Amino acid sequence: MRINLTSVLVDDQDKALRFYTDVLGFVKKTEVPLGEHRWLTVVSPEDPDGVELVLEPDSHPAARPFKEALVADGIPFTSFAVADVHAEFDRLKGLGVVFTQEPAQMGPVTTAVLDDTCGNLIQIAAM
Amino acid sequence: MCRAGAGGCHGHDASRLRRLLPHQGVTPVTLLSGKCPLAYCSVVGDVFKALADPTRRAILDELQERGGQTLFELINRLISRHGLSSTRQAVSQHLEVLEAAGLVRSRREGRYKFHDLDTSPLKAIVERWHID
Repeated sequence: MRINLTSVLVDDQDKALRFYTDVLGFVKKTEVPLGEHRWLTVVSPEDPDGVELVLEPDSHPAARPFKEALVADGIPFTSFAVADVHAEFDRLKGLGVVFTQEPAQMGPVTTAVLDDTCGNLIQIAAM
Repeated sequence: MCRAGAGGCHGHDASRLRRLLPHQGVTPVTLLSGKCPLAYCSVVGDVFKALADPTRRAILDELQERGGQTLFELINRLISRHGLSSTRQAVSQHLEVLEAAGLVRSRREGRYKFHDLDTSPLKAIVERWHID
């Protein structure tokens, strides 16, 4: 058994695809129409055969209150690894990304937290 | 009314104190003479109670270093810098005590909530016991 997928619950798949590719820099891996929504995944260009991130619709009624509660407390839904948090922060700030936590040293890890514009906070982290 | 009460500690805001203590029939001068009604004392007491806990003091340290923190950032700073692995609920309750004492202000910005340090209630301490 191995882990090949992880997902974020997004309020709009088109908007999510733009943000996760054009802004964060991932690339689209699969797109399969499924009625109202699509099976839509992206991967890191640094690891195109690695874990896929599913941009999954948050249409279940329980999803929105859950997401809003996490955002209010500043809690990221998931975390991505970067080589240099400060450099990534500067790059993303330049693209208009909103951060709820600027880069901070947390023990051995440096982290920052950004808004994915689809109802989630995302942490970026470097050891 | 806790927040308005904390502001009243400075003693110069007579009208605010009278609003807080309409039934007392006393002036702030009387209050500052030491014969203070319970309602006024409890406001100052909240500051001391808030400062009595080491985790709450660590929260103030971290908010002094960087203002505008989310609950998540504060929890991570307490763990990674102070070895204080408090639960989210515990840190949330500490923040409520600090807010009641006027030492922390929280603000909502859209869907986010940020916390800031407010040291103004500490003036009541140095005004009461002067530093030479």
